[in-house]
Amino acid sequence: MYLRTGLLAAGLGLAATIAAVPAGAQTPKRGGTLVYMIPADSPPSFDGHRETTFATVHAAAPFYSVLIRVPPDNPASTTEYVCDLCTEMPKPTDDGKTYTFKIRPGVKFHDGSTLTAKDVGASWQRIVFPPQGVTSARVSYYAMVDKIEVPDDNTIVFKLKFATSAFLPALADPFTWIYKKEILDKDQHWYEKNIMGSGPFKFTSYDVGQAIKGARNPDYYHKGQPYLDAIEGIFADKQAVRVDAIRADRAAMEFRGLPPSARDSLVKEAGKDVVIQESDWNCGNIITPNHKKKPFDDVRVRRALALAIDQWAGAPALSKIATVKTVGGIVFPGSPLAATKEELQKMAGYWPDIEKSRAEARRLLKEAGAEGLKFELTNRNVDQPYKFVGTWLIGEWKKIGLNVEQKVVPTGPWFQAMRGGNFDVVVDANCQSIVNPALDTGKYLPKSIYPESYGDYDDPKSAELYNKMLRESDPKAQRAAMRAYETHTLDTMAHAIITPYWFRIIPERSYVKGWKISPSHYLNQDLANIWLDK
Amino acid sequence: MTVTLPNPAATAASPQDTLVPKRTAWAAALAFVRRQPLGTFGLVIVVVMFLAGGLAEWIAPFDPEENDFAAMMEAPSLVHWLGTDQFGRDIFSRLVFGARTALIVGFSSAVLGGVIGLVMGVASAYFGGWFDLIFQRVLDVLMAFPLIILALAVVAVFGTGVFNVIIAITIPLVPRCGRVVRASALAVREVPYVDAARALGFSHSRIVLRHMVPNVLAPFLILLSAFVGQAILAEASLSYLGLGVQEPVPAWGLMLQGGAEEYATTAPWIAVFPGLAIMLTVLGISLFGDALRDAIDPKLRDR
Repeated sequence: MYLRTGLLAAGLGLAATIAAVPAGAQTPKRGGTLVYMIPADSPPSFDGHRETTFATVHAAAPFYSVLIRVPPDNPASTTEYVCDLCTEMPKPTDDGKTYTFKIRPGVKFHDGSTLTAKDVGASWQRIVFPPQGVTSARVSYYAMVDKIEVPDDNTIVFKLKFATSAFLPALADPFTWIYKKEILDKDQHWYEKNIMGSGPFKFTSYDVGQAIKGARNPDYYHKGQPYLDAIEGIFADKQAVRVDAIRADRAAMEFRGLPPSARDSLVKEAGKDVVIQESDWNCGNIITPNHKKKPFDDVRVRRALALAIDQWAGAPALSKIATVKTVGGIVFPGSPLAATKEELQKMAGYWPDIEKSRAEARRLLKEAGAEGLKFELTNRNVDQPYKFVGTWLIGEWKKIGLNVEQKVVPTGPWFQAMRGGNFDVVVDANCQSIVNPALDTGKYLPKSIYPESYGDYDDPKSAELYNKMLRESDPKAQRAAMRAYETHTLDTMAHAIITPYWFRIIPERSYVKGWKISPSHYLNQDLANIWLDK
Repeated sequence: MTVTLPNPAATAASPQDTLVPKRTAWAAALAFVRRQPLGTFGLVIVVVMFLAGGLAEWIAPFDPEENDFAAMMEAPSLVHWLGTDQFGRDIFSRLVFGARTALIVGFSSAVLGGVIGLVMGVASAYFGGWFDLIFQRVLDVLMAFPLIILALAVVAVFGTGVFNVIIAITIPLVPRCGRVVRASALAVREVPYVDAARALGFSHSRIVLRHMVPNVLAPFLILLSAFVGQAILAEASLSYLGLGVQEPVPAWGLMLQGGAEEYATTAPWIAVFPGLAIMLTVLGISLFGDALRDAIDPKLRDR
């Protein structure tokens, strides 16, 4: 009864969002301070090129510009990219191997100096070809880049080794902030502890572990933006603190995502003062058996693990209690490269008839001599959604006679276990920013090619199928190549099991306007288009 | 050569022995009930808990680990007496099986920690000197940490799971028992029969285990009953913090954690019933322990 009421209220809240925020229907108002919660204690550093955490993005993205990005008014799009610092999106030349960008003139850094293509070039050189002693977290995304040239102050040219549809989305990565060349030339590590960009807000103060503040940049190059006078991000890693802050209107929103129970409670208590935006999330838990440990070296056992799971019944039920919702394969469900339901249902772990699926699982286990198998499921000590997913899986595996114990460890030992191969089966995660299936699916390559693939298998066929897909420029042919790679990964070899994709639930005070949810908590975080209807 | 030392207390028969008939166990139990009503209440709770844990398979109407998505977060009803949790699991069944987890962890930790502490405490008192001095300083160091903090540290080293939780709770109990038992053993060390045993050339282990340990059993048993309650509470705390027993194993602290943080307002029964179970059990063990102390300790017996 309570649940039904909560869900009904949440539904009404969602409907209210849709009704209250028709795109472009209201004229944005100027002024006000947006106070928002950042679900972390503090970012490890402010250098976006180096870091991979949302804590850095949520804290510092409003102070920086990027070359291209997802459209701020339609960040849910998985195929559209627009200019931020460039003047127009280029058409590739040289058989898709050269991209020439013209840089917007008159852009100023917050210190008053002019931003030129040299700054853009220096930043991208640092991201793609980091100098000795500099960490760039996303070097592997740009393996296709051969060289970066800056022929003049207004032009930057990317020359690729091979044409690929993965390049533009990689270029729109939200961590690729443009730094000042002069500063980088003096100290490559300056941006780890300092902030100075050309974004919609100027950095004003940072209290470690407390709050970060910014003020409107009057010289911002997107006309009329930003609408806010100031922003203040408050760090709070405890969910209860964040929910209470939004409930009491001490903060207007948070950008990562809350579980359904928090949504229902906020909607129930704050009524129409809180609205909810929801979206599938380009993140998911991957169940990875350790191929170096018996009996998981046997594909029959791995397939049995997948066949035992009723994804179609589990996903809608789990979505009521955990931040997961949509059943998908290795590609984010919103992408044109994603498998349809019919295509998924042909693979192990997605069969529509679960009884038949489990009977096959039992048969495979018997054939492999692994009936009643007992093993450990190593999981991360994070409730949402890791432990919920782990508990659900153990229940599913019990139905085919498996005896599984959940071993929950903190984040550090969890990474250690995966990297050291010290696990039977692990609940891993694949969390990406911009939807870029050609690169996102690199996670399922053998470890020798993709170091963060923790199954520890050698599979030349997998690499061959992946490379074919990556270099395919015809969308239809690329989709077919992706299916072949996916079928090989999930069905033929059962290297991994994909659990339902995460689901983003963002509550915001109803006076917050202009911000739109995207499939990633890293995207659309410069806050330039947010305004307050107060 | 075996020498039997005459026990003066045994040879000097009390005139009452011949006049007052010996009480039967039944009569003693009735006297306990009459004199210790709160202790009896505690005993009833402990017995119920034992029965629940021991006969869980026959008592629980549902598999405690089976997810039932058709019955998620159902309020208490005739089918699910105490409602269901977020995975649709029957809370009553999980409570009953949770009693087993609590008993296993509580008694294993208490007995293990108590026995190790008993032997070490008596040995420390018996040997005295440098051994006693160093041993007591080690106990001082261990006792400087609150039980739950030390248990947390041990879990951080060994990891989670039932066995590791037992180890984690056992270690902080050892010095607590060792310190109390040593105090009693110091008095026993000075009595003549220990000197006599020494004079007869008995081995240290024989003197400690056969002559000293049985004579400090009274305070030890009282301590043990307190330890069981402490261990159950520690297990619940560790599980609540996500460092004890892990899902889907039914454990009260774990049930409380899952319910209290996310569903306190929408499905309060998820947290309320395991909370009540923890409270009642610890209260029961505590009341029974107090009553046992009063019954055993001659100084308190006739108050």
